[in-house]
Amino acid sequence: MFILNHLWIILALPLAGSMLTLLAGRHWPQKYVNLSSVGFVVLAFLSYCELAREFFSLTAAHIPLPPADYFTWMTAGNFRVDFALQVDQLTIVMLGVVTFVGMLIHIYSVGYMAHEEGYYRFFAEMNLFMFFMLTLVMASNLVLLFVGWEGVGLCSYLLISFFFQKKSAADAGKKAFITTRIGDFGFTIGILMAFWTFGSIDYKTMFAAAANMPVEGMHQWGVLTSICLLLLAGAVGKSAQLPLYVWLPDAMEGPTPVSALIHAATMVTAGVYMVARMNVLFSHAPAAMLAVAIIGGATALYAATIGLAQNDIKKVLAYSTISQLGYMFLACGVGAYAAGIFHLMTHAFFKALLFLAAGSVIHAMGGQQDMQYMGGLRKKIPWTFGTMLVATLAISGAPLFAGFFSKDEILFDAYAGANANPILYGVGLFAALLTACYMFRLIFLTFYGKPRYDEHHVHVHESPKVMLVPLVILAILSVIGGWFVLPTYWGGKDYFKGFLDPVFSGSTELAAKLHPSWTEPPHSLELTMAAIAVGVAFVGFLIAWYLYIRKPALPKKLANASGPVYTLLLNKYYVDELYGAVIIRPLIWISRNVLWKVIDVGLIDGTVNGVAFLSRESGNGLRRMQSGNTRSYAAWVIVGAVAVTVFFVWMVR
Amino acid sequence: MAGHNYLLTVLTFFPLAGAFTLLLLSGDDHVWIRRFTLFASVIEFIMSLFLLRGFSLADGGYQFEEFYDWIPSLHIHYHMGVDGISLFLILLTTFLTPLAILCSWNSIHEHVKEFFAMLLVLEMGMVGVFCALDLFLFFVFWEVMLIPMYFLIGVWGHGRKVYAALKFILYTMFGSILMLVGILWLFHLSGVAGNPTFDLPAIVSMLHNGQISLPWHSELLLFLAFILAFAIKVPVFPLHTWLPDAHTEAPTAGSVILAGVLLKMGTYGMLRFCLPLFPEASHRAAPVIATLAIIGIIYAALVAMVQTNLKRLVAYTSVSHLGFVVLGIFVFNPTAMEGAIYQMLNHGVSTGMLFLVCGMIYDRRHTYEFSELGGLAKPMPVLCAFFLFACLSSLALPMLNGFIGEFMILIGTFEHHAAWAIWAATGAILSAVYLLWAYQRTALEKVTVAKNENLPDASPRERLILITASIVIVFMGVASPLFTHRMDATTNALLQQVGDRTGYAARHVAPQAAQPTQHELALHSVKFERRAQP
Repeated sequence: MFILNHLWIILALPLAGSMLTLLAGRHWPQKYVNLSSVGFVVLAFLSYCELAREFFSLTAAHIPLPPADYFTWMTAGNFRVDFALQVDQLTIVMLGVVTFVGMLIHIYSVGYMAHEEGYYRFFAEMNLFMFFMLTLVMASNLVLLFVGWEGVGLCSYLLISFFFQKKSAADAGKKAFITTRIGDFGFTIGILMAFWTFGSIDYKTMFAAAANMPVEGMHQWGVLTSICLLLLAGAVGKSAQLPLYVWLPDAMEGPTPVSALIHAATMVTAGVYMVARMNVLFSHAPAAMLAVAIIGGATALYAATIGLAQNDIKKVLAYSTISQLGYMFLACGVGAYAAGIFHLMTHAFFKALLFLAAGSVIHAMGGQQDMQYMGGLRKKIPWTFGTMLVATLAISGAPLFAGFFSKDEILFDAYAGANANPILYGVGLFAALLTACYMFRLIFLTFYGKPRYDEHHVHVHESPKVMLVPLVILAILSVIGGWFVLPTYWGGKDYFKGFLDPVFSGSTELAAKLHPSWTEPPHSLELTMAAIAVGVAFVGFLIAWYLYIRKPALPKKLANASGPVYTLLLNKYYVDELYGAVIIRPLIWISRNVLWKVIDVGLIDGTVNGVAFLSRESGNGLRRMQSGNTRSYAAWVIVGAVAVTVFFVWMVR
Repeated sequence: MAGHNYLLTVLTFFPLAGAFTLLLLSGDDHVWIRRFTLFASVIEFIMSLFLLRGFSLADGGYQFEEFYDWIPSLHIHYHMGVDGISLFLILLTTFLTPLAILCSWNSIHEHVKEFFAMLLVLEMGMVGVFCALDLFLFFVFWEVMLIPMYFLIGVWGHGRKVYAALKFILYTMFGSILMLVGILWLFHLSGVAGNPTFDLPAIVSMLHNGQISLPWHSELLLFLAFILAFAIKVPVFPLHTWLPDAHTEAPTAGSVILAGVLLKMGTYGMLRFCLPLFPEASHRAAPVIATLAIIGIIYAALVAMVQTNLKRLVAYTSVSHLGFVVLGIFVFNPTAMEGAIYQMLNHGVSTGMLFLVCGMIYDRRHTYEFSELGGLAKPMPVLCAFFLFACLSSLALPMLNGFIGEFMILIGTFEHHAAWAIWAATGAILSAVYLLWAYQRTALEKVTVAKNENLPDASPRERLILITASIVIVFMGVASPLFTHRMDATTNALLQQVGDRTGYAARHVAPQAAQPTQHELALHSVKFERRAQP
């Protein structure tokens, strides 16, 4: 029970790696940097393995474990925040995803970043990211979660603007931080309100109090609905959902491993984790649940349509990430928290793989990211192609691949769960079609057809082993990562859901109670639904195949024929431009031309300087009275005498 | 508390002794002038740490008290003491002064001896202000402190330094005069009550037990006289326009002290004088003051965002951050109040560090204009890393100091006035906007000005300054209870004094009405006669 009694070790390892690398790594050879940063992350993963072993050896009576309270971080008045960590089933899943995928990406980066300037800085920041992400998932209160939440935002800022000499990279980093901060504004207010309501920000107290509160009506928003909607605002920012998703595509300015680790596998899933963690609150606030589901469904569809028209290989993956996160939100919104976390996990595998493979493609192409200048790479980089194909099959929902199970479960719950919503099910199903379509478009454009690059200049080469090994491991997981639920197809037990049940049981029971007419759907329905989902995905694949393999000339014609629609998609619905024109530029204009130049300098300072000017001038005037001229003094005496007389007359009257 | 009896006097006048000793040195011996000043200020800092050792957590009143007659004929006493509010402000002062001295090491070339002597005299004034418990004594320190600051800006500043110095002193003097009138009025009232004194605790207790009766309109006028002086000092919107000028033109050490300590005197004054002396007026004025504070938070943040001059930008951020402090004071909630005190310290260290970085950039390039900067992270990675760190502290990143204060203020405010907290919280978005944008325009992208390509990175001396500040920032961000526990007793005592919303007027005038004092009788008869005349 060593790690279980010393949870801080898991946090301390990446932090130590980060600090060591940051402070000492500048003049080190890369070997030492690898040792300190990758080494510490491997250690963190190993201690996680030990933690998981210890956790599984516990009997059910011991869970939930009491949080490990290390020190009081803030206290004033009746407000108090402890630096306290906890482990439960949900944390075990999240920790596994973070440490394992994180470790693979660190290893991969050794190869990918080998020729970049600032090697040590990259790894120090990646380690720091691991530290904050682990804090986020292990926190036992909302404020500590917020620490990790903001911390990963910081690391994201640092890593997106890693190539800080590029203006676009610096802009993208800033945009990511500020956009998520807008969401965090809501999150902060949510925490304030939670403290105001429950008198504590500890999960345990909060959840116990919320569980005893009445469920709020769909049309009568109470305090729980408000808290949930505010927290949701934070999740929308961090997990890049509508309308705050705009930072994520730009975040592709960062090095590719960053995109894989932060903007696909871990950080962006923080929003989903938070909603799942707060499931007790959300299940008491149906209106907030519906909002989560609608935002998720809408984002899944919206981002998928943009993904259809992007030419940058990483941008396609970015929009696909947004879309898949939408699925996870959809799952949480219909109360299928376990399904959402399940998809979070499988998505971490195949999306990390997709990004790393894309990185390998970019590496092979010497930095080229535009798919219009790729093509026919299948034979030249077979390992990359093979693994990327596996990931594509997984994300498209091909049977038996990881994504198939998790996506299927989400769609199934959206259709037949207690909070079922047929419209959102339809949206999700259509998004699944689009997913298969744009993912296979990516595969076909990149790996099939004739090379569209200059073969004399670009020497396509397979990546080194240190990059390929993580790809292969992730490819294996993208296949088998979903087999936990395999038994359900012959009527068996869903191991994943069963494992997480202690965390979510309160909410699922409540949902069943709220919908008394709802009954467990028959097993046959599950098989039917799976068949429909596969069929739809296959249609998506066929469309891509027809357009990009069968009739490669057709997409251009189609784009020309559809004119404005295509332009709209290519330019991402002009949302960035809209935000710029409606919010950012007016705000800057008003700040500069009204607040600063008119009010501050003109009005306030003008008044102050005006008073100074007046007093100086009146002083000048008064000085002239003291002229030394007797006659003028006599005149003043008379004026004074008259004034005094008038005053007395007026008083006596 | 034997053995600590003279600690406050020593702490206050040790820098003055240092300044006098400095005058004995030859004016050309710059090396020893600097070394001696630094030595003196470090000794001062170490001595101030003794305050922590003797400070009792349970005592909400004044500690290390010293009480002597000073000018007996005028009932003026030499009364010093610290409590949970002033304790850390003194430490902040003694901590920032050595940093300010270190950062001026190579950037002052004229009148070096006078410069460092001024810094030490300034330190005396600041420590004195935080220790003084006699209104007259307080006023003396308050004014004494202005003089060295005036010279620091006016002599060693740059650009329109005389204009800035004059503006600074006139603005502050305007407030001081009103405060002096207020102080004399209070003295007069205590005399009427039969116990003439300038002693703050004595006057507070006389007000509370009804010995001094204060009609509501008098209380309001007195409150206004004090709050105006302090609001100018903070500065509260719209009294802030002296600040950008003073900061921009001041030498780095001046800016560090100005932002780090002098601004806190305004908020300190509110806590020390306005709240306990005039609780009802404080309560009634709170909505107005809080509104101004919130306007200040948002307005100054927006104005800061569009500045073209790095130092002026940092100056405006002070107005925004101090808005949080003022808000925290005027919600009368223990969490918010401790947050406000904590935020004073945070702002001192974080903004102090931002100004230090500005100064280091200025030492190299002699400009603060963004158009002349850009891409500095390439030639100066270490300096820019510290710059970013200071920005993160200032934009309230959790685990750094700024977050704790801001969050406590918001938590406390939300309990009573949710809308205020929500408006104030927008400041957190805006601070990210202006600081990250400022950082980008200074440090990121390509170097556009050829002069910037080969600038030297931070020197060991500069690293020492920045590392020291950074350690404090992290420490305060992680170990806040070590600080807030020492504030608990005092904030509780203060809130008990202020907490009761019924002020003196309601509590004491009613029984007093039966037995009006001589003074009131006289006033009444005058009024009566005047009314009777026509």
